Amino acid sequence: MRKRKLTIRQKEGIYGYIFIMPFIVGFFAFTSGPLLFSLAGSFTDYNITSRMDFVGVENYASLIGEDGLFRTSLWNTIYYVAFSVPLTTLGAIFISALLNQDVPGLRFFRTLYYLPAVLSGVGVYLLWMQLLEPGTGMVNLLLGWVGIDGPNWLFDPDWTKPSLILMKLWSVGGSMLLYLASMQGVSKSLYEAAEIDGASRWRQFVHITIPMITPVIFFDVVTSLIGGFQIFQEAYIMSGNGEGGPANSLLFYNLYMWNQAFENFDMGYAMAMSWILFVIVFILTVINLKLAPRWVHYEGEDK
Amino acid sequence: MDKPEEKTAYLDEPEKLQTISKTGFFEHRGNRNNMWRLFNFVLLAAGSLLILSPLWWMFATSLKTMAEVMSYPPSFFPKSWEWGNYIRTWQVAPFTTYTINTLTITTLVVIGSVLANSFIAYGFAKIPFRGKNVWFAIVLSTMMIPGFVTLIPQYVLFSKLGWVNTYYPLIVPHFFGSAFYIFLLRQFYMTIPTELIEAAKIEGASHFYIWWKIGLPLTKPALATVAIFSFNGAWNDFLGPLLYLNDENLYTLQLGLAVFKGQLDTQWNYLMAGSLLVLLPVILLFFFFQKYFIQGINLQSGGK
Repeated sequence: MRKRKLTIRQKEGIYGYIFIMPFIVGFFAFTSGPLLFSLAGSFTDYNITSRMDFVGVENYASLIGEDGLFRTSLWNTIYYVAFSVPLTTLGAIFISALLNQDVPGLRFFRTLYYLPAVLSGVGVYLLWMQLLEPGTGMVNLLLGWVGIDGPNWLFDPDWTKPSLILMKLWSVGGSMLLYLASMQGVSKSLYEAAEIDGASRWRQFVHITIPMITPVIFFDVVTSLIGGFQIFQEAYIMSGNGEGGPANSLLFYNLYMWNQAFENFDMGYAMAMSWILFVIVFILTVINLKLAPRWVHYEGEDK
Repeated sequence: MDKPEEKTAYLDEPEKLQTISKTGFFEHRGNRNNMWRLFNFVLLAAGSLLILSPLWWMFATSLKTMAEVMSYPPSFFPKSWEWGNYIRTWQVAPFTTYTINTLTITTLVVIGSVLANSFIAYGFAKIPFRGKNVWFAIVLSTMMIPGFVTLIPQYVLFSKLGWVNTYYPLIVPHFFGSAFYIFLLRQFYMTIPTELIEAAKIEGASHFYIWWKIGLPLTKPALATVAIFSFNGAWNDFLGPLLYLNDENLYTLQLGLAVFKGQLDTQWNYLMAGSLLVLLPVILLFFFFQKYFIQGINLQSGGK
């Protein structure tokens, strides 16, 4: 009897591994194998046709010590992340808070605000290049209506990154839905209790809604930080096919890495870059995880 | 084996997930809140005009003459509606080829994503085996790895395999699952009671049979979400085709559009017509299958 049970369990174990086998194979072939290759390659002068000759920490040393463009690209990326992440988070929370007020036409608004989030790719980038045309675009036309003399956007090194952030803000609808779903899950009894205590709407929002959605804020911040550091497609198209824009103001980290790897075929160098980025993103994620218990509020069982 | 009543009962769960309740928490306060609701409504309406205006602008620009595109100040409504811009756009670049290529890739990517992720998720959700938690942690941790770290070695791998300038690098990896979809489908499988699978096993069904005959049909709504998301991803992918495709006959719509921009530079009427044509399938898909988009988001937030 006992023996039989064991074989059933073993059978289940085999089945389990058969079912997750595609992932395991993919993980070794497309993720962990490549990770090891790129870690090893980052200490070589590999250029895809050559042998891999060990060069020690030369790639890392020249990236950190000498390469001005590396610093520019890192700065550009940090600038972009530092503004786009908080702005899109606040924007998404703001819109979902409005939608969470029992307004008429909720479904209609929800659909509209979400729509831009599903649109991406070259069509959208071209659209924003046209919208941001200084003389004939829509953005400066609208700004003109309220008396603002709009900047030169993608032609002015100081305004190229704000241009991309503006485009990102257009599509906050994706995380807006996350927040809305989470806000609608907050127990009504909490608000009723606050009501009885005479708490104002604002105090209810700050002391009930915000704490209850902190897990989603945390998730959104972590994923958009990781995503923000990887900005590439937008910059590639909007800076004129990878050239980096005026005064290299759109030369983001991944764009520079792309040019090193696939334009100059300096792959060892590019792989060293990719590991520096990996370490930066990893450290930021760990910091986020460490800080989380201080402000993220996990409710055991509400609803 | 087939238990129709039970099936519908389980299908109810995801339906509940995707319906966002219309009841706000202030409704019981009565009329004095009407002003507040009106204020919110006006803000939201103004906001939706801002959200929609870029799309209208794209449509309007696509119908303008080049002279009107360049005229100052620009106008929200085209003076003459040049529908011929669309025909000319389609003729200037081989958009028919691009469309066929894109559809080929997206179809195979969708099939691969749906089958592989469902298969893997079933394993994680419904079969007990040793090391499951470790492997699931690995699945989740792959979400944290910046794509560019593996991009270069993957390119080396695929070029050694002779796959550059073919569709294989754009399709094959999708047949091995990806963390986000595995997570999403596992969440969904968790809502299916294990008793149903136990019952099938007692009747002698293998896990393959159960996955194919019970798992797939019961998770249809979640599979629709995966299908739509992966369609969207493949349709909008620019980086992959840019890296792997050199032959213009193999170009996708995204790549074609970028080349088109290079050729036309600032002929915005044609560029906007082309962009709109490329975005249109996604817009239509969104309006018809909206609930699956929203369900995907909700499944995501439910697990966090």
